Amino acid sequence: MAVIFERTKGLTDAQTHYCPGCTHGIIHRLVAEVLEEMDQCGNAVGVAPVGCSVLAYNYFNCDMHEAAHGRAPACATGIKRVLPDHTVFTYQGDGDLASIGTAEIVHAANRGEKITVIFVNNTTYGMTGGQMAPTTLIGEKGTTCQGGRDPELHGYPIRIAEMISTLTGAVYVERVRVDTPAEVRKAKKCIRKAFEVQKAGLGFSMVEVLSTCPTNWGKTAPDALQWLRDNMVPYFPVQNFRDVDIEAAKEEK
Amino acid sequence: MAKILMKGNEAFGKAAITAGCRHFFGYPITPQSELPEYLSRELPAIGGTFVQAESEVAAINMVYGAGGCGARVLTSSSSPGLALKQEGITYCAGAEVPCVILNVVRGGPGLGSIQPSQSDYFMCTRGGGDGDYRTPVYAPSSVQEACDMIQDAFDVAEVYRTPVLVLLDGMIGQMMEPVDFDRPRKQREIPAKDWATTGTKGERKPNIINSLYLSPEILEEHNYHLGRKYDLIEKEEVQVEMDRTEDAELVFVAYGTMARVVKNCVEDLREEGYKVGLIRPKTVWPYPYHAFDEIPACKDLFVIEMSMGQMVEDVKLGSNGRHNVHFYGRPGGMVPEPKEIVRRAKEIMGGVK
Ligand SMILES: Cc1ncc(C[n+]2csc(CCOP(=O)(O)OP(=O)(O)O)c2C)c(N)n1
Ligand code: SF4
Repeated sequence: MAVIFERTKGLTDAQTHYCPGCTHGIIHRLVAEVLEEMDQCGNAVGVAPVGCSVLAYNYFNCDMHEAAHGRAPACATGIKRVLPDHTVFTYQGDGDLASIGTAEIVHAANRGEKITVIFVNNTTYGMTGGQMAPTTLIGEKGTTCQGGRDPELHGYPIRIAEMISTLTGAVYVERVRVDTPAEVRKAKKCIRKAFEVQKAGLGFSMVEVLSTCPTNWGKTAPDALQWLRDNMVPYFPVQNFRDVDIEAAKEEK
Repeated sequence: MAKILMKGNEAFGKAAITAGCRHFFGYPITPQSELPEYLSRELPAIGGTFVQAESEVAAINMVYGAGGCGARVLTSSSSPGLALKQEGITYCAGAEVPCVILNVVRGGPGLGSIQPSQSDYFMCTRGGGDGDYRTPVYAPSSVQEACDMIQDAFDVAEVYRTPVLVLLDGMIGQMMEPVDFDRPRKQREIPAKDWATTGTKGERKPNIINSLYLSPEILEEHNYHLGRKYDLIEKEEVQVEMDRTEDAELVFVAYGTMARVVKNCVEDLREEGYKVGLIRPKTVWPYPYHAFDEIPACKDLFVIEMSMGQMVEDVKLGSNGRHNVHFYGRPGGMVPEPKEIVRRAKEIMGGVK
């Protein structure tokens, strides 16, 4: 019998622990497919964060580090400096990257560290039960902002892709969403580009992925996708913030 | 090789390079900044990497990443910086990532002073990160000894897969002394780094550097495993110098820079006919508790520290109630003076002879 679709070799056959309808699983799959297609599984070292994707090291079929909360970009820096010819990536949630780890992400990007960052923005701290994140939208409820996020009290949701794209060392920054098949395909292209930028040695690359948390949002999976479209996309525009022509840049180098 | 006259902090950097270390991640802080300055110049010249991190937290997490790839990797700092590194040190201990960490201690607490001090003894020997872990801690007394120990520390880190600390102070960091970098060292068999994350090449299962064990049963087993390793280190790696302790009625206990000062006091008191000696721990974890079984004539132990008295707790453990334990120390970056130490020792021994 002909095989027309199979599990990507970029993932192990471990069953993931993600909640039904959570888009972490889709994003894992995209990263893994790109690693496989670029023939990097045997040459990659990934860094798992603290957050719902803390067990990512069990799922990606490559060497992995589990880093302290927020420190994945620093850990990846150490790895990349020892193994400059390897593909090094981090996979981080918004609590991890945009809160406790803001210094590490800003400085890794600013150093132009040749790593790829997959930033999963679901506007909440999923793992610890839906507390307010730096990305929680105005009015959005969390267990630590039960009346909804109030900018007077909590400040404003941080736009990470915009912020990182101001840094010279960040050569490729794009925000994507994974709420429809077409968007998922676009997201994959961007993830691939981010890894290609790294492979070409051009600098820091990051893809911010708008993701869902049906469990903490208290929504069904389809409603969560709709909520992402209605609420996240207007505040977190899905677009390219910093691009690079890989071939031209390689020549310039 | 002939001896070269070098400033402590720079010599520590050269010792690391001599030991095969090619990766340094750090953040400036007095009184150790000459070390990153030196390595920022020397490491790139030999194909190594120097990264000035954005913070001590980032630096130690870079070390964690690099060490997990099997590299010989160093970081250094001074007291408030080491406090920040504790996060990464416990991760390295938990994930069994070898690395070497130098702490050139200054006065505390808080921002304190930049003068030499020994007040990080608790932070270094008891940990400061979370969990049941230990780190070997070397406590050299001279620039030469520091350089020898730094080289050994890289081996010990890899033999046991553990972070190793070298406890220095601003005095040793700042002084100039002649150093020989080719002194014979204990030959150790370094186990293969088959655990390191260097890419599977499609030839083996993925390696994972990790300290997360969600099942308490498995985490308990991991802690027992670490505990057995620490037992072995206590058995194999403890180092102490005993100076004229066989017939000593009063035995000083001091380490690092303070032991150098006390050595002169022992000299002077011996000349005056006092039976005194010195126990100098060269490792402060594992601590040489056995030394206190080997001082048959001793009635009084006299602990001298550049702190309010931190090691004195280990001395009491070692003595286990068999001796009178006295303490004299000065905190905040003040160094106890020989004449004050001698005067107090004489008081303990019943006045002037
Ligand atoms: C130093 C530290 N502080 C806090 C925590 C608790 N903690 C675990 S996950 C998490 C939030 C993760 O949220 P996010 O990065 O958005 O990922 P998600 O779970 O939403 O995928 C927090 C605060 C921790 N493990 N370590
Ligand atoms: S808690 Fe939210 S982010 Fe975490 S796995 Fe469940 S749905 Fe996904």
